[in-house]
Amino acid sequence: MKQKHLPLTATILIFLVGYALCVAQYPNMLSTRVIGNLLTDNAFLGIAAVGMTFVILSGGIDLSIGSVIAFTGVFLAVVLEHSSLHPLVAFVMVLAIATLFGALMGAIIHYLEMPAFIVTLAGMFLARGMAFVLSIDSIPIKHPFYATLKGLYFKLPGGGRITLIGGLMLLVFAIGILIAHRTRFGINVYALGGGTATARLMGVPVAATTIRIYALSGLLAGLSGIVFSLYTSAGYSLAAVGVELDAITAVVIGGTLLTGGSGFVAGTLVGILIQGLIQTYITFDGSLSSWWTKILIGLLLFAFILLQKGIIYASRHRQQRA
Amino acid sequence: MQTSDHILQAIRIEKEFPGTKALDKVDFHLRRGEVHALLGENGAGKSTLIKCLTGAYHRDGGTILLDGEEVDPRDTFDAQKLGIGTVYQEVNLLPNLTVAENLFLGRQPRRFGMVDARAMNRQARDLLADYELDLDVTRDLASYSVAIQQVVAIARAVDLSGKVLILDEPTASLDAHEVAMLFRIVRRLRARGLGIVFVTHFLEQVYEISDRITVLRNGQLVGTRETTDLERRELIAMMIGRELAAEIHAPRPEAVQGPMRYRFRNYGSKGHISPFDLDVRAGEVVGMAGLLGSGRTETAELLFGACRADSGQAEIDGRPVELPSPRAAIRHRFGFCPEDRKIAGIVGDLSVRENIVLALQARRGWTRPISRAEQNRLVDHYIRALDIRTADREKPIRLLSGGNQQKVILARWLATEPELLILDEPTRGIDVGAHAEIVKLIEALREKGMSLVVISSEIEELVAYSTRVIVLRDRAHVAELDGHRITAHQIVEAIAATNDRRAS
Repeated sequence: MKQKHLPLTATILIFLVGYALCVAQYPNMLSTRVIGNLLTDNAFLGIAAVGMTFVILSGGIDLSIGSVIAFTGVFLAVVLEHSSLHPLVAFVMVLAIATLFGALMGAIIHYLEMPAFIVTLAGMFLARGMAFVLSIDSIPIKHPFYATLKGLYFKLPGGGRITLIGGLMLLVFAIGILIAHRTRFGINVYALGGGTATARLMGVPVAATTIRIYALSGLLAGLSGIVFSLYTSAGYSLAAVGVELDAITAVVIGGTLLTGGSGFVAGTLVGILIQGLIQTYITFDGSLSSWWTKILIGLLLFAFILLQKGIIYASRHRQQRA
Repeated sequence: MQTSDHILQAIRIEKEFPGTKALDKVDFHLRRGEVHALLGENGAGKSTLIKCLTGAYHRDGGTILLDGEEVDPRDTFDAQKLGIGTVYQEVNLLPNLTVAENLFLGRQPRRFGMVDARAMNRQARDLLADYELDLDVTRDLASYSVAIQQVVAIARAVDLSGKVLILDEPTASLDAHEVAMLFRIVRRLRARGLGIVFVTHFLEQVYEISDRITVLRNGQLVGTRETTDLERRELIAMMIGRELAAEIHAPRPEAVQGPMRYRFRNYGSKGHISPFDLDVRAGEVVGMAGLLGSGRTETAELLFGACRADSGQAEIDGRPVELPSPRAAIRHRFGFCPEDRKIAGIVGDLSVRENIVLALQARRGWTRPISRAEQNRLVDHYIRALDIRTADREKPIRLLSGGNQQKVILARWLATEPELLILDEPTRGIDVGAHAEIVKLIEALREKGMSLVVISSEIEELVAYSTRVIVLRDRAHVAELDGHRITAHQIVEAIAATNDRRAS
């Protein structure tokens, strides 16, 4: 087995073993209903995490995701409440704003040579602040089109449902995998993660790639915001606090190197599912505090960082001997 | 007529940096199908010339003709498109991508807008077949040796540019077998009509591979000659402007037997170096000879406390001491110049002054800062004493040439007035002139009564300055030579002898 597949394999194994353990205790967890809910409940997080995967693969970070999700939700709620625009038009508008917002951050990171951490931290405050400017209240969305969208689902045998948003997340993952591994842009993302200076020497359009990476992350954060507003039927400026950290966690547990250059979009999906699985287990148990989710995920994250360190150490060691 | 003969002509190239004229109206003519060695001391202007040719620097004056047409590459990527490809000592490829992705980055074959990985891998295999390489091109580049990465870099550069190939110290980190492989490829490319510029410090390799030699000195052209007509002695004279060979091979003065100072008994560390005994007197240079990986560097790190001893005792002037860390070693007036100065020695962005006072300040502790005036006096003294070529003492050290960086690190330790100085490959990667100066410096320090332990791969050099030579093999000290027994022949014998014993 190739070494770079090791973290991904470990992630998949942990998910399967974890799921098997859950099922051993609560046989009811082995149902399409649980799987369908797993997808639906984590749809917004998964979509945002795809964008985060690209950012991290390129060696960057995007802390603005949670705020952009909140902004999107508030924007949709306000627009739908105060105007007669069709939600689809509002969706297009908010996606354009989120994409531009991401592109702008990418341009600042590249042209002003600022660390992504600082730029997206500023973006995080900015987006959250703009959400508050629009409204400080939680605004319910009662548009009939929302009800229609929420009613769409694909029925699985056994009573489970792949809802529209759950399906959308799978679609985003599929497109993300294709972009990462089958397009020049995707390979350029890996190239940036391997070393910006070298990538530039090899003719990678660093500026265009960086801007596109953050634009993509912005776009997917916007899409995630739409999904979140469908999921909650409301827009609230204090929503989705810390989602960027959950997304980073999913990416790292999914086997992507936090320093960039190595990892898989598919791994992020498994990372999301592991987080969802832990939550589901705690729901089934009923007596455990929901903080156990955070504790388990924290431990898992720590284990994965150790695993990555170990792999890097092992490969260095092998090179030295060779 | 000349244009058909020459593929690349650089005419009266000028480049100025603040304070120095890096290139002063230098001419360089490269023929089709030749390997042209570009030689000179560190700081002679080789790298600057190459950077002007590849567009990494913008020249201040002069013209570049490629195939008879004037070109003006804006950056290395532009130069590559024009036909000038460069391969550096540090491989400039991406270790986290596959071999095929590295070869075709930015120009992958596509089907329906998607990268056609199968076609790409097939083309990569075909391309590498020309270079006698049969690799799994879907594996990460990092999983292959530096030599193979080097060949992949050449394959990419040639495939992209195809007229001129510049090899900047490509052999510095390769072993003999890998160099032979590289040279086979270079000869094949020469036969294909490429113009190849070869920059190196290894003169044997120059004579083995090159057709012509151009020598630069202090930013000026010394001359271009046919390799077969140029004797080695004359070449060295061209490079350094004085007869250095004689200086290196000057007869060694009789060793002054100073008092015994450092005594290590049964000193060792499991997994690094087997226990050894080592005595060092005042006014003595102990040379460490052995092949790469024989335990020379491990010995040095153990002596300096960079790696902890798990057996044996150390004594200084008869008193037992503990050396658990470099800090402790520095307190006992040890100094250590590590092998890889880029990683373990210099702090690139700090100035020459700051780099020199670093160790002294560390020994005094941060509560007793050295005054600026004192620093300046100290640094100016060493810049003069060691002939460090720098515009001024505030210049960032990364802008200095390799030999001068090495001298700054030496100055750093000399400033702490060490009594035992450990040098690991002090002359690696520096040019002939600086080489001779460092050899002379080692002798001067010995005469002043300092104890030195010097590791070197160059046996001739060890012979020149050592009063005693320890031979290492398989992470153990296996032989000790002194007095008239220190000859290159004897050292090689000692390394080989242990080989035989192992074989039997």
